[in-house]
Amino acid sequence: MISVSGVGFNTIAGLLVVLIGAGAIFLIAVFDRKQSPRPLRPIASFQSLRRAIGLAVEDGKRLHVSIGNANILSPNSASALVGLSTLNRIAQLSMISDRPPIASSGEGSLAILSQDTLRDAYRSGNALEQYDPMRARLAGTTPMAYIAGAIPIIHDESVAGNLLVGSYGSEVALLTDAIDQQNAFSLAASDSLTAQAALYATANETLIGEELFAIPAYLQAGPFYTASLHAQDILRWIVIAVILGGSALKLLGIL
Amino acid sequence: MRAPIATAIAIAVGLIVLLGYFIPLPILQNIREILLGWAVTLAGVAALVGIINLIITHWRRVSATKNRDLYSALLILSFLLTVAAGVALGPSNAQFQHVVTSIQVPIEGSLMAVLAISLAYASLRLFQKRKGLVAIVFVISALLFLLVTSGLLAAGSSNPILAGVLTAINQLPVAGARGILLGIALGGLATGLRILMGADRPFSG
Repeated sequence: MISVSGVGFNTIAGLLVVLIGAGAIFLIAVFDRKQSPRPLRPIASFQSLRRAIGLAVEDGKRLHVSIGNANILSPNSASALVGLSTLNRIAQLSMISDRPPIASSGEGSLAILSQDTLRDAYRSGNALEQYDPMRARLAGTTPMAYIAGAIPIIHDESVAGNLLVGSYGSEVALLTDAIDQQNAFSLAASDSLTAQAALYATANETLIGEELFAIPAYLQAGPFYTASLHAQDILRWIVIAVILGGSALKLLGIL
Repeated sequence: MRAPIATAIAIAVGLIVLLGYFIPLPILQNIREILLGWAVTLAGVAALVGIINLIITHWRRVSATKNRDLYSALLILSFLLTVAAGVALGPSNAQFQHVVTSIQVPIEGSLMAVLAISLAYASLRLFQKRKGLVAIVFVISALLFLLVTSGLLAAGSSNPILAGVLTAINQLPVAGARGILLGIALGGLATGLRILMGADRPFSG
């Protein structure tokens, strides 16, 4: 490994990616605030989600946001953080509904954060009296226990739409099966490959790969969310260039 | 900005942990270790608070005047019995662990069996939900990999052409998975950076 004054090449490369990402998010957000924001490419799943939110509010039914069972200290916590941003936005969008949204999670810290997120959303909308901490629940503490605990929410709480945004295993198919039995809408996104495959076969709408991280931006959560999507695109092109360049150099025998 | 102190603390702690990961300065790494230790302790306390929330939710369902749920009563009873036995015998006691795993493993095993049926049924109904080329490719890939991993083609692996084809097929999901994982990693990075910049706050402060 190449080393520069005791700091490895991987460390420098990692730091560089972080700095480029932070710089890109900041600059794009500032630039987009001055001008009209760049348009996002249309994704059919988000149009269905918007329709489902509207129908749930009109029918006086509830939306269920499942944040999964990622440990907040683990590398896959990013998906849970997206789930929390989504919950915040869904709570804001459905504030006029007779039945406020309900959140479920499979990890203690996520349950507390989802309660705090709901409270923040209601406080921002000057409707703190609508906040009930029991609408952000810990459904179970193991993956299977979480699924077993979340299924009654879908059956008993007049849920018309479900957003499954977080870390799951293949067992999430039991949840989407329960949603199907209730003829409710489901949009699912996960950072796990096995869950993505299971969800593709079972959910109404599935987001694949990094589309998971686009949910708050498509729900118009704010300029920084849109900026981070564009920054992801820049970073992706850099990674593609590095992979192709590295492959070419390897082919030429330079690396 | 709302809750500026909480946001400043979160950004400062996040930056110290991130820099401690990249820069090998002993003082930075020591502070990082301490902060991560606190995070682990807080996560443990959060788990306890979450379990209390779970029990309160089920207690509400048991004590509701309408649609009283007796399964919730069973959950609370099982929880209390497990806690009492765990406190009395200790969580590492062999008999206690034997009883807990003898209940938990068969239940989770039966849920896995239900999952297998659910997934098989969902694959049969896939074309009702999804139309288009991606769904066709998905089904063909699933069938192909079922065939490859079943071992039915193992007898032909001595044939150099078939062995080459099987190796190429086995490499395909690795390449696809790496592409998806790279996208997820970049998304995770962008999410973390938003929190470090104070633009995304999973806490109200």
